[in-house]
Amino acid sequence: MVSTTNTSAGGSGGPILDVEHLSTEFRTSRGLLRAVDDVSFTLDRGETLGIVGESGSGKSVLVRSIMNILPRTANITGSVKFEGRDVGTLPKAEQRHFWGTQMAMVFQDPMTSLNPVKRVGRQITDPLRFHLKLNRDESNARALELLRLVGIPEPERRLRQFPHELSGGMRQRIGIAIALACNPKLLIADEPTTALDVTVQKQILDLLKGLQRELHMAMILITHDLGVVAGRADRISVMYGGRVAETADTNVLFRNMKHPYTEALLDSIPRIEHPSHTRLQAIAGRPPDMVNPPPGCRFAPRCLYAQESCVAELPPLIPSSEPGHRYACFFPVGTAEGMAARERNREAGHTGAGLDLTVQVVS
Amino acid sequence: MAGTGKAHLRDGEVLLRVEDLVVEFPAGRNRKVHAVSGVSFDVKPGETLGLVGESGCGKSTTGRAIMQLPHPTSGSVKFDGVEMTSLSSEDLRRTRTRMQMIFQDPISSLNPRRKVKDIVAEGLSIWGSTIGTFSKTRVNEVLDAVGLDPDVVADRRPHQFSGGQCQRICIARALVLDPKVIICDEPVSALDVSVQAQILNLLEDMKARYGLTLIFIAHDLAVVKNVSDRVIVMYLGKICEVAEPDALYSSPAHPYTKILLASIPEPDPLRPITDDRISGELPSPMAPPSGCRFRTRCPQVQDVCAQVEPEIREVSPGHYVACHFPLESAVTLAGNGKH
Repeated sequence: MVSTTNTSAGGSGGPILDVEHLSTEFRTSRGLLRAVDDVSFTLDRGETLGIVGESGSGKSVLVRSIMNILPRTANITGSVKFEGRDVGTLPKAEQRHFWGTQMAMVFQDPMTSLNPVKRVGRQITDPLRFHLKLNRDESNARALELLRLVGIPEPERRLRQFPHELSGGMRQRIGIAIALACNPKLLIADEPTTALDVTVQKQILDLLKGLQRELHMAMILITHDLGVVAGRADRISVMYGGRVAETADTNVLFRNMKHPYTEALLDSIPRIEHPSHTRLQAIAGRPPDMVNPPPGCRFAPRCLYAQESCVAELPPLIPSSEPGHRYACFFPVGTAEGMAARERNREAGHTGAGLDLTVQVVS
Repeated sequence: MAGTGKAHLRDGEVLLRVEDLVVEFPAGRNRKVHAVSGVSFDVKPGETLGLVGESGCGKSTTGRAIMQLPHPTSGSVKFDGVEMTSLSSEDLRRTRTRMQMIFQDPISSLNPRRKVKDIVAEGLSIWGSTIGTFSKTRVNEVLDAVGLDPDVVADRRPHQFSGGQCQRICIARALVLDPKVIICDEPVSALDVSVQAQILNLLEDMKARYGLTLIFIAHDLAVVKNVSDRVIVMYLGKICEVAEPDALYSSPAHPYTKILLASIPEPDPLRPITDDRISGELPSPMAPPSGCRFRTRCPQVQDVCAQVEPEIREVSPGHYVACHFPLESAVTLAGNGKH
């Protein structure tokens, strides 16, 4: 679905990551839950891709499918190629040294992702000794170097401490140091700052951006906050209901968004430059139940542009006039069709998917 | 970063007046956690007061201390002319019906084994006839007000609802006794942005419909700006700055407020990312720094900041700051501002 021609960041050779028609399903007591539904994208060396979506949009399952770290109950179809090789078919022995040295992950909650009964130093040196076969002195020296790299003061003392002795921001820096220990080519950061205060969030995001540039890593930054990726991702994919709703270079996405969900998501954020008591544009309804997703466009039941055709048919991801920009919508924002559809709904008092526009929005 | 001084307290009709509020918790070995250290503020009827700050700044403890949960170590909380800190427990129970709270995690703050109608009606059934409203119609009325259909939801249990809907139930429960003040402690930080907007709009609607006064505690500055009439910025148990939201956000007077504002990730790729970033770590609340509590991380710290605690003073009409060297852009009052 994605051509490799849309390289937005510089890079030599092919893309570092090529995901094609990836779907992930879980068997649940209520039925088959399709968390990721036919997602394709490519990522170049040194590029940052921001994946934005709300809880349940499938963004975390997507990257865990890419890393192949989901429990065995997950049924993954499609292909994930890392530097041209299919991740799913790597032999076991090779897989063990694949995580950490090729791809590494920074998790959301730095409290639960660190081992509470092991000293910080040990947690950093373990992967160094296992993957790179460094001896004790070498790995300790490298751990010190890493702690300095992620901006931790008094690194010698910190190495001997336990996670509970550190603040949240400090713990997340440790998490980043562990992920970077073996110089991965791709760093996946899954909501790395959601559990942190706003000032610490800025520190961590600045740190990740700086390290990425310095080490020339590719990065996937997952977040529910469009603000977090706005200044830091080269490209953004907006996910809804397990599917990519829209993907574009960051500037294009904000300047020329086509998908009504992207527009609605941006409009619902309280903005600091708006005067106090500005009425927020809430999105009616709530995210779809992924065991029984709505037929047609997943967003149709909440969409102000929805027509009857949106409920009947699933919109494909189609390119816009700008390179690398694709969206999945029949009545895109800012086009004549889109405006006409919205106007029609306003006059009728309800959308083509049956959303009543005359009542106050309710979740 | 003092909280000393009460220059920002107003004359005239106030619904709630908190003076020199101190909350300390024992931490063993004769040490104390100084959670809130001498905070004063007032709230006018119908006003929304925003309390904003990072983890550990004492904003939640302040909110709970107003409710006397727990009793503050010292200081006074006057609600509607009644001194809350010296009430007997029976009088306190009675007074608390007019003061309700909404919490951060809507799902864990509802009893999972009870039906929605019983959760919402609990306050009524405890107070029974003394409040004098017929319970079932009242429950239906507030459920309807928060946007839930009483016929559909009354017999369901909390696990059958999403986070946003659970927060609506919590709001209904808070409204049912017809309170004057609702203290909202991070009511939207556990919700998705699309649902967050629904709840914020709902709170504004409820405030207008029932004539509520709100104390809105949150760490998200944009959210606080959206709902508040007056904002207090806190740091390590003290007040930094008090102002109306538009003034506070357009011309912050305290260096800490400026850093907080610069840290907000704005959904606009064309906005440059500034270098205003905070250095160092939050000092331990068991041994807060002398003088100004923010001095250990302040970019413009001077010697005097370690020795003298800055008092809250007015820098422009309605805009108060506790800093020896407030940022120029905010200062419009002549002299030192100590009137």
